[in-house]
Amino acid sequence: MKKKFDAIVVGAGPAGNAAAYTMAKSGLNVLQLERGEYPGSKNVQGAILYSDALEKIIPDFRDDAPLERHIIEQRMWMLDETSFVGMQYRSEEFNEERPNRYTIIRAEFDKWFSRRVREAGAVVLCETTVTGLIKDKHGKVIGVHTDRTDGDLLADVVVLGEGVNGLVGQSAGLRPELKPKEVALAVKEMHFMPQDVLENRFNLNGDEGVVIEAMGTVSPGLSGMGFIYTNKESISVGIGTLVSDFTESGATPYSMIEAFKNHPSIKPLLAGSEAKEYSAHLIPEGGYKAIPEVYGDGWVIVGDAGQFVNSVHREGSNMAMTTGLLAGETIAHLHHKRQKCSKANLTMYKMALDQSYVMKDLKKYKDIPNYLHQNNKTLLGVYPRLLGQAAQNWFRVDGTDKQTKENEILASFRKSRSLPGLIGDALKFARAWR
Amino acid sequence: MNPVEAITTQPESSLVVNVEDKLYTNRYQVDAGHPHITVKPHDKPSKALLSLTTTCPAGCYSLNDKGHVEIAVDGCLECGTCRVVCAATKDIEWNYPRGGFGVLFKFG
Repeated sequence: MKKKFDAIVVGAGPAGNAAAYTMAKSGLNVLQLERGEYPGSKNVQGAILYSDALEKIIPDFRDDAPLERHIIEQRMWMLDETSFVGMQYRSEEFNEERPNRYTIIRAEFDKWFSRRVREAGAVVLCETTVTGLIKDKHGKVIGVHTDRTDGDLLADVVVLGEGVNGLVGQSAGLRPELKPKEVALAVKEMHFMPQDVLENRFNLNGDEGVVIEAMGTVSPGLSGMGFIYTNKESISVGIGTLVSDFTESGATPYSMIEAFKNHPSIKPLLAGSEAKEYSAHLIPEGGYKAIPEVYGDGWVIVGDAGQFVNSVHREGSNMAMTTGLLAGETIAHLHHKRQKCSKANLTMYKMALDQSYVMKDLKKYKDIPNYLHQNNKTLLGVYPRLLGQAAQNWFRVDGTDKQTKENEILASFRKSRSLPGLIGDALKFARAWR
Repeated sequence: MNPVEAITTQPESSLVVNVEDKLYTNRYQVDAGHPHITVKPHDKPSKALLSLTTTCPAGCYSLNDKGHVEIAVDGCLECGTCRVVCAATKDIEWNYPRGGFGVLFKFG
């Protein structure tokens, strides 16, 4: 008989690592499988690390985790082809002893997290692709098939942290295939420049960092949600939109990121930089209503594989870690009580999720994905342009009196959306947000 | 306009973008002779399959002179977009590369 593990974790991203760490730390015999050459080699994120979620797993992470910059300033931009209207918030209070958010480079960060997982006692096996789940005659998951010779491995429970593009749970029928309208495709480039140039350009001292979230139309026919994150001596720049938008418009993702980089408001920020990587990744956008069953007989799902992403706040990696932690705690608890990882017993995982910010936040925004999908063109095209034109009219001094300018601005909104249209947009948004 | 033109016509943009230049910065461990994605034989591509010639972020899909969509997986970023797009039409077979092969992100 093969050696049996207390738990097998599929995937070495934030969710899988959080689960594996939690279980190994609690004394379980854990095997973690990763298809990449090293943990992080298949993983893509902006990336922002939310301290709170990691602190609850590894309180002293700041001592040796590879962190780029702590974020002291957030800029939110609405773009049209030539301009942006923005809001920004910068505070000295973000220069705190235990900063709340950091930029990270995932390949580095995931390697560090994986080292902590191994130090906690888990066995981590890379270059191993899980090809399917092994079930007993009652349908209980009892292990995994892998592409190694003699690659069947058994465990009391399998934790699926296989990410948004997870085939294992899906081909086993545990969760449905993603839908083009419920998943975004984002592309990203890493741009390097000397540290002092970057710090001067973004008005930063020491390890301070800036986040720019930009949405709108970057060039005719190319609309999406973009970002610019400052790392120590590089900038992560990316943009994306729903997969269905790409297939329907015929726009290519690489022309979209090129247009974003060449937008007159973005281009100077990247000037002189050297691009060293181009990546692409799916982002689950279906929210609360798209969350599949996340537990069953002998299995649980954590992280992106379970659609745990708050697209309004662009939070995902924190939810990955929290779901990994809660699943790990549930399994460790059952193990120590000598109880089986049956569907009934794993209900505890779902109860813990429901009580956490993860399900509370996703439930709050349950109508947002549908709203965004239906109003995509208005939000990314019409409103950024109207606001941009209004701002330009307001700030340009050209001999026109202010009352006339005010009337022109109001008329432009009414003409574009009509008064009932404007009120309808506001109401729809308020209802979805509530 | 036939459907091929309708899909492959780019939105107006003055930028010429060469995706190969972008892929050139990446690191890959190519599993020669073991493509992890294959396009099923077809007479005429479905709308979904045809859309991959523009939607794939690595530009892996192209239309050959016989009017068939073909794939070269070497630059694949393993995002899974093509699998999602063709899930309903079942035009392609999508598997992970063997352990250790495929794209290896240096930064991610």
